Amino acid sequence: MVRSKTLQDLFKRYRRPGDMFVAALSLLFSLFLLANLPSQTTWVARVQTFAQPAFWPTVAVVTMVVFSTLHLVGALVSERIEGRWQEVAEWVKALEYVLWFMVYVSVVPWLGYLPATILFTLLLTWRLGYRGLNWSLAALGVAVFVVVLFKSMLQVSIPAGAVYDLLPSGPARTFIMTYF
Amino acid sequence: MEVFLSGLGLLATPQILLALLVGSVGGVIIGAIPGVGPAVAIAILLPATFSMDPLVGLTMLLGIYGSSMYGGSLPAILINTPGTAVNALTTYDGYPMTRQGKALHALGLAYGASFVSGVLSIAALILLSPLLAKIAPLFGSREIFLAALLGIVLVVIAHRGQTFAAGSLAAFGIFLGTVGLEPVRYTQRFTFGLDALQSGFDLIVVVLGLFALSQAFLLLSQPDQSPDSQRIDGNMFTAMLRVFRFKRIAGVGSGIGVMMGMIPGVGEFTAQFLSYTHAQKTSKTPELFGKGSEEGLVASESANNAVPAAAMIPLLALGIPGEALTAMMLSVFYVHNVVPGPALFRDQLDFIYALFAAMLLLNVIVVVFIGFSSNALTRIIRIPTRFLGMIILTLSFVGVYSLRNSVTDCVMAAGFGMLGLVLKRQNLPVVPIILGMVLGGIMEVKLRSAMARVREPLDFVDRPIAAGLAVAIVLLIGFHVWGVIRERRSRLPESERDHDSHDTQQR
Repeated sequence: MVRSKTLQDLFKRYRRPGDMFVAALSLLFSLFLLANLPSQTTWVARVQTFAQPAFWPTVAVVTMVVFSTLHLVGALVSERIEGRWQEVAEWVKALEYVLWFMVYVSVVPWLGYLPATILFTLLLTWRLGYRGLNWSLAALGVAVFVVVLFKSMLQVSIPAGAVYDLLPSGPARTFIMTYF
Repeated sequence: MEVFLSGLGLLATPQILLALLVGSVGGVIIGAIPGVGPAVAIAILLPATFSMDPLVGLTMLLGIYGSSMYGGSLPAILINTPGTAVNALTTYDGYPMTRQGKALHALGLAYGASFVSGVLSIAALILLSPLLAKIAPLFGSREIFLAALLGIVLVVIAHRGQTFAAGSLAAFGIFLGTVGLEPVRYTQRFTFGLDALQSGFDLIVVVLGLFALSQAFLLLSQPDQSPDSQRIDGNMFTAMLRVFRFKRIAGVGSGIGVMMGMIPGVGEFTAQFLSYTHAQKTSKTPELFGKGSEEGLVASESANNAVPAAAMIPLLALGIPGEALTAMMLSVFYVHNVVPGPALFRDQLDFIYALFAAMLLLNVIVVVFIGFSSNALTRIIRIPTRFLGMIILTLSFVGVYSLRNSVTDCVMAAGFGMLGLVLKRQNLPVVPIILGMVLGGIMEVKLRSAMARVREPLDFVDRPIAAGLAVAIVLLIGFHVWGVIRERRSRLPESERDHDSHDTQQR
């Protein structure tokens, strides 16, 4: 975390390395949407322009194209800030955690919310470099707290894991399926 | 008075009082942890509040919104890292005071100023409510359309230095809101034949991705930090009373906070900026500002804490959220089929009073809690940032998955999480996307109904409020362009500008 240094920094946002990259991506995406505008929206006959289903997507996409172009022009005429590719590398680095999240998402329906969450927090804590019993206990505590708060107390809708079906039928299994 | 008492009656249920306690204490803790912030917490808790009564859910979310700034001033003053983005200005004078050995005084002043402005702003709004209830029905479709447009314009031009990117992001938000099956003519809009896009992008999925998941990815992929803090000795309640030495500054700060909070798209930053500049200009010791000025601290903390109550006004009276947190709260209304707007303000004033009374109570609860718990809170702020990222990732899963148990929602949220990460690392704002998405939908509906009665273009602004809003939009854009031209004449060389990544611009 980097702190603000002057009063001016707080209210004004300056460009960062990678600005040109973002501006170019933004314009490309806007142009992609613009190219698809005729095929992805419909202009209905005998309907006022403002009530057309295609009116607001058109307004939004055209505005995106205009502002993205201005953003890119601004980036092109400004002095280059070193470190563009290091910045892109930082974004790529974060993809590992997207993968962790998606694995967690796909494991919950099989393993059940509590076991999957315990496994997820323990493994991720270990991966982040927090080793030792205290950190593992902290991760376990977080997992149990989150599941008890949301699933057991607030009763949010997360289906029981498929493996819970393997438990012997009876009140204990129903209890586990309902609350964990 | 009768309506006010009836509003108080609505609060007298165990669920609401519990929600108030959980929201206010939870908000202080969340605010005190640098790296979380109220937006992340509200995004995660939103789906859980859908099963609650609207007043219970809103009370809890409002509790988090209103109390997080109290907690946020603690790390701002003690370790020079604002707990929430809007406490950034608090570091300017709060941290130098800590270095001068006056941490207790600084914290007391910050809490005292927050409390005074919180109470003053709510009292002002309670008094103004009958008047607002009379004005709100004067807002027809075209006025609401123009007010929403004003919100979009303001949120774009508020991001000085990044206006083009903010404009593009606001338009992207409007675009996101249009994707899916169009509800009037039942035509497809940008679904690309995919079933997953038929119902469009869910606001909660986008919000969780942009605020919560992005913050988790950001914290997890950056080097670890575990800030150390110091103990605070002395009586916090006595320290809070020192704020009464700065009655004028606290009063002006609260007034500015209320006014700025009521205008969609403005919010805490502008309120703080105006309040701080005013305090500095009228001070006998302006040279101390930024070096440990007690006046500066009071100006900053009184302005930001007056905003939450005022920000509820455009939401409740017109159905227009002015910033990301109230945009999230709007979804609580929608889930319960309660449509905020002039009719709510006119017909259910007791509901409005109940919300204001809840905010009043939360300020009292927070002051009592924080008066006793500051030393305990200093231990919480030491949680290492990557471990915190793991906790946010775990919590984000509940938020997204509990919506409709959809893996597709999780994939979308992760995608928006990555987008949020890139934007945050670029010091680009995510708020214009959310406001564009919410206000775009409102503008579409209101423009359609307004144009049915408009024959000539000028008919659109032939009513006083509509004309006033249209003039305000034109003037704001004009002043902004003029300001940019003036700034370019005296521009700094690129090498002298600050290209660091700013934590305060990431939440």
